[in-house]
Amino acid sequence: MFESIDLTLVNWSRAQFALTAMYHWIFVPLTLGLGFIVAFMETLYVKTGNPEWKRITKYWMKLFGINFAIGVATGIILEFEFGTNWSNYSWFVGDIFGAPLAIEGIMAFFMESTFIAVMFFGWGKVSKKFHLTSTWLTAIGANLSAVWILVANAWMQDPVGMKFNPDTARMEMVNFWDVFLSPSAVTKFLHTTTSGFVLAAIFVVGVSSWYLLKKREILFAKKSIVIASTFGIIASIMLIASGDSSAREMAEKQPMKFAAMEALYEGKTNAPLVAIGLIGDPQDDPMDKTAKEDFKIKIEIPNMLSYMAFLKADAFVPGIKDLILGNEKHGIMSYKEKIQRGYEAQQTLAAYKKAQKEGLPELASLKAKFNDQNWMDNYFQYFGYGAYYAEDEAQLEKNAFKIIPPISISFYSFHIMVILGGHFLLLFIILLWLIFKNKLADNKIVLWTAVWSIPLVYIASQAGWIVAEVGRQPWVIQDLMTTSRAVSQIDSGSVMVTFWLFALTFTSLLIAEVKILTKQIKIGPKKEGGKI
Amino acid sequence: MFENLSHLALQQYWWFLVSLLGAILVFLMFVQGGQTLISTLGKTKDEKTILVNALGRKWEFTFTTLVTFGGAFFASFPLFYSTSFGGAYWVWMIILFAFVIQAIAYEFRNRPSNVYGPKTYETFLFINGLVGTIFIGTAVATFFTGSNFSVNDFNQSKWDTSFHGLEAALNVHNLSLGLTVFFLARVLAILYFMNAVDHKEILERSKKQLMINGVPFVIFFLTFTIWLLFRDGFAVNPESKEVYMQSYKYFNNLIEMPVVLIGFLVGVVLVLWGIISSLIKDNTKGIWFAGSGTVVTVLMLLLLAGYNNTSFYPSVSNLQSSLTIENASSSHFTLTAMSYVSLFIPFVLAYIWYAWRAINNRKIDQEEIESDDIHIY
Ligand code: HDD
Ligand code: HEM
Ligand code: HEM
Repeated sequence: MFESIDLTLVNWSRAQFALTAMYHWIFVPLTLGLGFIVAFMETLYVKTGNPEWKRITKYWMKLFGINFAIGVATGIILEFEFGTNWSNYSWFVGDIFGAPLAIEGIMAFFMESTFIAVMFFGWGKVSKKFHLTSTWLTAIGANLSAVWILVANAWMQDPVGMKFNPDTARMEMVNFWDVFLSPSAVTKFLHTTTSGFVLAAIFVVGVSSWYLLKKREILFAKKSIVIASTFGIIASIMLIASGDSSAREMAEKQPMKFAAMEALYEGKTNAPLVAIGLIGDPQDDPMDKTAKEDFKIKIEIPNMLSYMAFLKADAFVPGIKDLILGNEKHGIMSYKEKIQRGYEAQQTLAAYKKAQKEGLPELASLKAKFNDQNWMDNYFQYFGYGAYYAEDEAQLEKNAFKIIPPISISFYSFHIMVILGGHFLLLFIILLWLIFKNKLADNKIVLWTAVWSIPLVYIASQAGWIVAEVGRQPWVIQDLMTTSRAVSQIDSGSVMVTFWLFALTFTSLLIAEVKILTKQIKIGPKKEGGKI
Repeated sequence: MFENLSHLALQQYWWFLVSLLGAILVFLMFVQGGQTLISTLGKTKDEKTILVNALGRKWEFTFTTLVTFGGAFFASFPLFYSTSFGGAYWVWMIILFAFVIQAIAYEFRNRPSNVYGPKTYETFLFINGLVGTIFIGTAVATFFTGSNFSVNDFNQSKWDTSFHGLEAALNVHNLSLGLTVFFLARVLAILYFMNAVDHKEILERSKKQLMINGVPFVIFFLTFTIWLLFRDGFAVNPESKEVYMQSYKYFNNLIEMPVVLIGFLVGVVLVLWGIISSLIKDNTKGIWFAGSGTVVTVLMLLLLAGYNNTSFYPSVSNLQSSLTIENASSSHFTLTAMSYVSLFIPFVLAYIWYAWRAINNRKIDQEEIESDDIHIY
């Protein structure tokens, strides 16, 4: 379990997972949001009987279908990649982590794939009501898929509801509801799905604005903008509120990620929030005691960071160095201490396995440790840190400084996401306002801003995952397992080959998708009726 | 309810469910089989479009079943998931690639500006049909023939050959199952077309192809099965949990589990009747017999691999590393929780059935693909 690991292998595996997950995430959020937007539109059609709404519905539904197919294509890889590339991980936490993936298949994917068939092939074959229900169920099914995978992801960031079993050498679930309803899971779900809603709303207003700029389909475009902006405003508010809760949870469960995304080196009370900043020389490589905060430019909001993290303006927010070196005044244990304790936990497990194999008498006393809550809370809790152990004191202290995520990536991704979040909310409000004043069609600046917000919303959305996933490095499961321990034992050459295969395939598919989508947008909605 | 069951009972229940999902998957692979027949059965552009659309309404079910099969296996037997996927890396990667290119092919094939042209997407469908069936069949055969891996004290696994699973495809017994699945998928596809499509020429060609694919299917199936019944199997000592080789293990399993034996025979008869009745009579219902027969037969085969003190994922390079439903499973708690989730399965099947009927209540014909109100692939 504790042998040394080939870092090239780890890095290729990480690169492959990041690549495939980020590709999947290009398509998923549009599915999450557009599903609902289409369902609203069809509801209006069924309610009013106005064929114009049917035309609008079918048009957006067509774009939905094109995007959906490629979302599915990229998703299947992710599901199996946990096994193919992170097999030690899959065993260590499979007892907990497997369940959401299975439930997702049983409860969500089938729902989606069944009703999407009715949605596309059922026009004229099933009743209007049944068709509408199917459209709604497709949208709900898509969002249910998100529930379970996000529960799984939240659990990795904030592991709860489990107990370690030394006989099987893995984590085992003891409380399903703790896993399912953990606050991290709930906020993660809210934040991620609403981010999908915002993305889809921006997509719809962007495309519609382009029609207005081209003076085509005016009525169609305006109707679409009204629906999408309204949806977008509601979703944006929920997005910002849940983003705020995410940050609060993070400050508690993953303080290092929190400090990294603010590039906060020294802890502070009344900590200000850097609203806009430009980091100076890269300070995190190599990180040591002498590292200092260095901003070329920064605009701060006083007390805001303390408030964001702990809802108190004078709360202490630990910085990166406090977390590594420890801070007695604020009761923070140093990483060095955590490494030593984690190492002891790992040694205990190894001794237990040996005793079991050789039938040694200390078996019972070793086993007792794993049932002793006190020992579990004080030693086992830091199990993963043991990976950084070194006999030599000086080396150990050096190793402690390795347990940090890349700081500038975390910082910029977070700030880009937040700034853009504000921008989108503002944009939706302005669009609605102009439409009601009947001035939108000649406001070129706003229309072009809406069009250009389409790439921006994709950037914001990817940036969010970068904060979440890069910010938690080197942990794959917070405090318990490092990424490098999680990897499958294959040769790095194989992973390298599959990485390039994925890169090539997904990029080619993306190109085809973008071409097809833009072509469909150029063609525009069909006249009355029309194939979809 | 489930919490009172023993761990072993839950493991058996989940082996049953996973096997059932696997069996349904094999049946649904008629979509893959059909994809390899598009240019054989369809000569004109319209005929091809009819065939693609007949399959296009169903591909998602096969795909989703595969995904759910993976998820359910992960949740119930995580050691299999980590050992097999992480070890037989190349086999699984090839299978997955074959499904990635399928997923976009239907939707993109006919769209304007699809960059690579319809031919490319049709090739994707063909590759998926060929590689998906043969490799999945080959991979499943390793449940009986064994693989090369070892598992350490911490249940971490390692593959013992550098081919990472590709070596399985060089084993003739494995290949016989791969080819069985391939020809079965084609036979089922033909029966499905005969049932779902209303087109004279396609029907005629289908009948001819049924014969051409039915014969190799039967030959490969018999090769695989007879060989299986005669070979040594991976038995587990119920007390010491030690794994050892036993002669005629799978044959013994059949005899010792009469229900499985009867199910197996009934399944085989149903499949054969589905084929034969479609050949000799003007029957378009063959798919129902052959389809249900496939599900039953495959289910019974998988039960043979897991029940009655048998190792379902044996290791030939390190016999004691072999996986059984006992040593590879999730905890009692997780299996219990998942068992409650499994109660949703009947509802899922019910709405799938309902929706399927609602869409397929009319046969696909020329008129349908020209209709204006429909999604066309
Ligand atoms: C359109 C996309 C989008 C926008 C505009 C925002 N977010 Fe976000 N954010 C996401 C899309 C996203 C995401 C892609 O959905 C993430 C990735 C992981 C997750 O849970 O959601 C995310 C993660 C994420 C995290 C990390 C959570 C973790 O590590 O577990 C935080 C702290 C925030 N967000 C906070 C915010 C705040 C305060 C915003 C204020 C406007 C904001 N986000 C706007
Ligand atoms: C779809 C949105 C997601 C995106 C864009 C995303 C992004 C990333 C990125 C960028 C990395 C690489 C981090 C690094 O190594 O520096 C990564 C790693 C990883 N993520 Fe995600 N992630 C997503 C969702 C998830 C989910 C839902 C899970 C779990 C259920 C997950 C699990 C992992 C794992 C296991 C790794 C590999 C280990 C590692 O390198 O950290 N990811 N992801
Ligand atoms: C932010 C994280 C993620 C969200 C919100 C999400 C959600 C979705 C959605 C909405 C789809 C639409 C296609 C469909 O259901 O058929 C999808 C497809 C899929 N996703 Fe993800 N996903 C995420 C990440 C992941 C990860 C990390 C995995 C791997 C475990 C995964 C596995 C899949 C699979 C297998 C499919 C295809 C399913 C099918 O056959 O329908 N997803 N996902």
